[in-house]
Amino acid sequence: MNWEVVIGLEIHAQLSTNSKLFSGAATSFGAEPNTNTTLVDLGMPGALPVFNKEALRMAVMFGHAVNAEIGMTSIFARKNYFYPDLPKGYQTSQMDDPIVGKGYLDITLDDGTVKRVGITRAHLEEDAGKSLHEDFHGMTGIDLNRSSTPLLEIVSEPDIRSAKEAVAYVKMIHSIVTYLGICDGNMAEGNMRCDVNISLRPKGQEAYGTRTEIKNVNSFRFIERAIYTEIERQADILEDGGKITQETRLYDPDKDETRSMRSKEEANDYRYFPCPDLLPIELTQEYVDQIAANLPELPKQKADRFMSEYKLSEYDAGVLSATRAMADYFEETANVAGNAKLAANWVMGELSKYLNSESKDISESPVSAGHLGGLLVRIEDNTINGKTAKSVLQAMWDGEGSADDIIEAKGLKQVTDTGAIEAVIQSVIDANPAQVEQFRASDEDKQKKMIGFFMGQVMKASQGKANPGMVTPILNKLLKG
Amino acid sequence: MSLEKQDVLKIAHLARLSLDDNDAEQYQNSLTSILDLVEQMQSVDTDGVEPLSNPLEAKQRLRDDVVTEGNRREAFLANAPQTEAGLFLVPQVIE
Repeated sequence: MNWEVVIGLEIHAQLSTNSKLFSGAATSFGAEPNTNTTLVDLGMPGALPVFNKEALRMAVMFGHAVNAEIGMTSIFARKNYFYPDLPKGYQTSQMDDPIVGKGYLDITLDDGTVKRVGITRAHLEEDAGKSLHEDFHGMTGIDLNRSSTPLLEIVSEPDIRSAKEAVAYVKMIHSIVTYLGICDGNMAEGNMRCDVNISLRPKGQEAYGTRTEIKNVNSFRFIERAIYTEIERQADILEDGGKITQETRLYDPDKDETRSMRSKEEANDYRYFPCPDLLPIELTQEYVDQIAANLPELPKQKADRFMSEYKLSEYDAGVLSATRAMADYFEETANVAGNAKLAANWVMGELSKYLNSESKDISESPVSAGHLGGLLVRIEDNTINGKTAKSVLQAMWDGEGSADDIIEAKGLKQVTDTGAIEAVIQSVIDANPAQVEQFRASDEDKQKKMIGFFMGQVMKASQGKANPGMVTPILNKLLKG
Repeated sequence: MSLEKQDVLKIAHLARLSLDDNDAEQYQNSLTSILDLVEQMQSVDTDGVEPLSNPLEAKQRLRDDVVTEGNRREAFLANAPQTEAGLFLVPQVIE
């Protein structure tokens, strides 16, 4: 049978506030266990939450960025369940009146088509702590540093129809939250986590099939693979006349399979009720409008500007605006280099090769944008040629300093002195009499092919420093005798 | 509306309360009478009345995003029956 895939996503984005959602503890990642905790985070009796102003502002920013209605009155609710890393016995979240209501965003697919995905809502909630199951002689260790860290849970409509669309959507959300500067977007650190709801229905059928939820998928690649795997599993069951069980599943990247989490019959009986410790949040129109007016440039606007201002192709503009770190890096490089096209080529080409080979994000590049720009300046003014520039970049990557330092220290400056170039060419001609004779005996077409050999010898003899543009005419002249 | 004993046991389990048969029956009666009262209240016409999430006529005060508390781990761990390597230890949770 022909199945249609229906996917909806819940994304938890950790907001990059300094302090927690409801307490004055720090949110820093990687701190010693339980050092970023307060009486509030530990759920001590009588400790009361106080709401973080910045988390509210960030949520409203996100709402504007996805064209959403902002909840002018929003309410915190308690989601009740027992787990040792949730000492209060409830998670403070939002239910009926979230801070961000219905919105949408447009994603661009590989074939260039634009698809609109609805956003159901986005609400503020606190994170839970962390359970560590290893090495505690049969006990579980609890670290509450993450407890009460602010999260924005972004819920999409079931508008997504394939794994590719899902990845494009998550990338777009990632791009938006990092552009807004409200989330670091580091998926490996759990900054952004994704739950995927998947169901299948026969093509043409209106009613949705029974869905499963895959919890906590934490990379773009795993999202795509988890979806493919789960689609296949569901299709196999349905083709055999079976039924899908509504349940929560986990994706195991090592085995490339999803499997059922421990079945929790009452798992969804969270008994939400308005949190009596927190009053309703009332926003003024002035506050909401002021945030809208100060929204930074978003990915789509940035890509459009790259095309008009720097004359980049749509593809290049898309790649270079994909993350804020990438866009900022490119713009700074282009400004220093004074040639946007050259900067685009080097950032997407040579630099990306180095970054990929060490699985580094551009924000972790050992070569700063200023240094890369400085290298490109030396290509532009003919101090070095493109080939030498690649070896200079290698040295910069290895931490040997700026392009000028390296060119100076290694004596890589291109030779542009006609006399010196002539001398090198003459030495090559003298050293290869047989080839010269053969060259002189050949017709013009053949000569064009043979010149490459001499060119290579000259570059070798000059240690790559001869300016190729100057070598060619002199070489031709001297070869022809 | 009357609650079954089964409902009472389920609610107790969700709240991690252990009830014996005697307790369960008593709660079944008292919870049922609370629900009866709720039913009575539901007959009131509330058209045009905004749902109330908090009885206080006040709105949420906001806090500046500043770290105001430092590391008090030793004091917090001192209350726990078992700790190790800066962690609270609890009976194993099986995933």
